[in-house]
Amino acid sequence: MRNDTLILLPAFNEESNIGRVIALVHDALPNTTIVVIDDGSRDATVDRALEAGAIVLSLPYNLGYGVALQTGYKYALRAGFQYVVQLDADGQHNPACMPRLLEYVRDGKSDLCIGSRFLEGGTYAIPLARRAGMFVFRRLASLLLGQTITDPTSGFQAMNRRVLELYAHDSYPVDYPDVDVIVMLHRHGVRIAELPVTMFPSAGKSMHAGLRPLYYLFRMGLDIPLNLIRRGDG
Amino acid sequence: MDIRQKILAAVFGITLLAFIIELVRRRKLRVEYSWLWICAGLAIVVVGLNYALLEWITKLIGAGWTSSTLFFFGIFFVVTLCLQFSVKISRLETEVKNLAQELSLREPKMPKGNL
Repeated sequence: MRNDTLILLPAFNEESNIGRVIALVHDALPNTTIVVIDDGSRDATVDRALEAGAIVLSLPYNLGYGVALQTGYKYALRAGFQYVVQLDADGQHNPACMPRLLEYVRDGKSDLCIGSRFLEGGTYAIPLARRAGMFVFRRLASLLLGQTITDPTSGFQAMNRRVLELYAHDSYPVDYPDVDVIVMLHRHGVRIAELPVTMFPSAGKSMHAGLRPLYYLFRMGLDIPLNLIRRGDG
Repeated sequence: MDIRQKILAAVFGITLLAFIIELVRRRKLRVEYSWLWICAGLAIVVVGLNYALLEWITKLIGAGWTSSTLFFFGIFFVVTLCLQFSVKISRLETEVKNLAQELSLREPKMPKGNL
């Protein structure tokens, strides 16, 4: 009986992974609605997802991870779902960890439960420059939140409707959702928790190569203070 | 001030103004974007025909040369215009995003088979 829960899988050109991920999600949480947000994929992602039993929302062109996710949040809100679990479609997140995150939110222990790669000594290879950046903003976020957040960048999350409403709002930074989102949620009094999750090694393509870590530092250095002074967040 | 300079400034300013107004009239330029341009065109005509005014402004802002005054206000105008564009682009981007999301939300594809 999981009619009040929706699983979100944002996907961009994931034809080789999406079917397997959906099957694993089915195993972990049977009879749960799965929505794949196709971010303008040019391969057979949509067909693979439909065959595997997911509902597919197709964006007309590639708009990025944040926009894809937000499309899913909006869908969940409109369709009246109470809880959402989101995970990446590249197979990096282990769907077997989903029920624990979901139960945590369902039991009312927090509004948002982040699956952390770093709790309980997770070993996860990240380039040094990015790790340095993550360290700085993790500390900053922890300072602002008054609680330790080890993996604020994790795309593996379970949330309730309260968080959904904030995520679906125009103030959600769709172009670069990261630590700043956590800070924004905290300002709205959202209770955030983390649970350890196991990760599968990513299937190649890194989201954070080249100059990206520098841009990450720059953006978070800008976004966090700007978010604190910005109006209209509700 | 050389009469040729005056003629050049006047011709340039009036042509610019006429062009802007024509664009607005043909609905190729929206009124909300045109006001900055109309201000610039008027300024060129007024300052071009009245060198004393330019000298007065130069003295007022403490610039060394009248040309500095022109460059200063020219660059100021371009910066303002770029900022206006950035604001508009930000809004447009949000609107395009919402529109694309709306499109996909209205036509969810249902899974094949009877899962």
